Amino acid sequence: MLTLSPQDYQAILLSLQVATTATLISLPVGFAIAYVLAFTRVPGKAILEGIINLPLVLPPVVIGYLLLLLFGRNGWIGSHLKDLNIQVIFTLTGAIIASSVVGFPLLVRSIRLGMESIDRHYLQASRTLGARWWDTVLTIVLPLSGRAILAGMTLMFARSLGEFGATIVLAGNIPGVTQTIPLAIYQYTSSPGGDRMALSLCVVSIALSFVVLLVGETINRTMARS
Amino acid sequence: MQLEIDVSKKFPEFSCHLQCSLQKARCGVFGPSGSGKSTLMNMIAGLLNPDKGYIRLNGKTLFDSTAGINLPPEARRVGVVFQHAHLFPHMSVEKNLFYGLKRTPRDERHIDPTHLIQALHLSPLLRRNVTRLSGGERQRVALGRTILASPHLILLDEPLTGLDGQLKYQIIPHLNKVFEEFNIPMLFISHSIREMRLMTDQVLIVQQGCVKNTLRTEEMARDFMGLEGQGYVNMLDLSSPKTVDDLLEYRWGTVPLTLVKEDNPGPGQFELDARDILLFKKHPQATSARNMLPCTVKKMFQVRNRVGVELNCQGQSLVAQIVPRSVLEMNLTEGCNVVAVFKASSLQRLY
Repeated sequence: MLTLSPQDYQAILLSLQVATTATLISLPVGFAIAYVLAFTRVPGKAILEGIINLPLVLPPVVIGYLLLLLFGRNGWIGSHLKDLNIQVIFTLTGAIIASSVVGFPLLVRSIRLGMESIDRHYLQASRTLGARWWDTVLTIVLPLSGRAILAGMTLMFARSLGEFGATIVLAGNIPGVTQTIPLAIYQYTSSPGGDRMALSLCVVSIALSFVVLLVGETINRTMARS
Repeated sequence: MQLEIDVSKKFPEFSCHLQCSLQKARCGVFGPSGSGKSTLMNMIAGLLNPDKGYIRLNGKTLFDSTAGINLPPEARRVGVVFQHAHLFPHMSVEKNLFYGLKRTPRDERHIDPTHLIQALHLSPLLRRNVTRLSGGERQRVALGRTILASPHLILLDEPLTGLDGQLKYQIIPHLNKVFEEFNIPMLFISHSIREMRLMTDQVLIVQQGCVKNTLRTEEMARDFMGLEGQGYVNMLDLSSPKTVDDLLEYRWGTVPLTLVKEDNPGPGQFELDARDILLFKKHPQATSARNMLPCTVKKMFQVRNRVGVELNCQGQSLVAQIVPRSVLEMNLTEGCNVVAVFKASSLQRLY
């Protein structure tokens, strides 16, 4: 029988909140970087690509630790944020940043592949018909990479739902503040008699991921048909 | 139109230096694949930057390396019709058509959309999805889309190459009609002499990245007569078909011509290979060939070991291709009378 405590509901809500926010704030940046990687010839493109893909291959704990160094009180960014009275570590913002960084390469990769499959002639045709570059981006590149954007968002959202390593290091495991589903499951499994509760959350986690993929696939098919 | 170009561009395996000055409204760029035709087109349209040189259209500088001028494609007002149309797949035919028009400043819009849609027979296609168009329809939409942006020059990059057989020539009257009606200069890029003949008056011959020659299309067609496996092809505009027994009789100006029967006879453009025409000093009286036209020799020109005999046939001009020995044996001279003979099946419809 699936039983959930109020704390579990909070974890589910937090997970959705973190995944949604992380995906949405990463989207414009991800689109811009994918565009740069797919269509432009800027020097140092390989390095940029490497940095963006690093979270794919590094252990999430390492990412979390690096973020902690960066956003900590004496960190490069953290010290500036402290002056503005903003705290990242052990807050919801921290959890969102951790999820964003870890899921970002999946988003960019997907959009970039979609953009690279667009025939350059469409862009050229658009320009010779009088469209400025940003007009071409909005009216040609954006709609033609729509399905890739959706696929990237689905992947990133699902990845954010499951984010654990970087989040626990940067944001901690504070119930009601930064405790998302994976962190709650971790807490249950490490406390005696928590197995049942952990299992319930596992079922929720599986169901959520499944729904995300299903919704993504449905929208994808609708877009393909139109 | 006044188009002046002097540009050079180096690629890792290919370099080109193209220099020309074109005045005619119907110009062509002719050359084999990989000769630099598309490079030239991309440079004029602003899709590729030359290393150095200049491009001027009607006195307006589009590119000048010394003055540091390089107008972006959207500011050049040079339209392009690509080989594969490249209609935007996520838009309907109508949206594709109006894409350029919407981005043209109001005082620069010279084309009436209704008029153009009518001229290109596009109204039945407007609501359709672009993926549901045939090759010819796609090219017509692409042409309409480009024209509606009111460009000062249209570049056509082998627009007929992707179309097969008859379809290829069916689009030509549409092209000619709109270019004439809307008075837009064009640069037609192709490696087909036949297309050049049908579409252009002046040709730029490009070879290995250089402009080899600029000449009238007719001169080019005659120059190519001497090439191995190529002959001169006469283009005849025939009208008023009527059935005579099991054949068709057409009018070529005032000259009656006999053709073999076809399914849908109608006025159109026909081709006649100059090698299929036999010349007789006297009327041959009885022959199996159905067309025997009394003509006078207007001019003769020799290209390598072939002679082109330009004939005047009731004001119409026809070129027959023979070998120099025939000229000697028949004692052909300018002004003498001959009879040109060819079979009914020698005339082939282009469109």
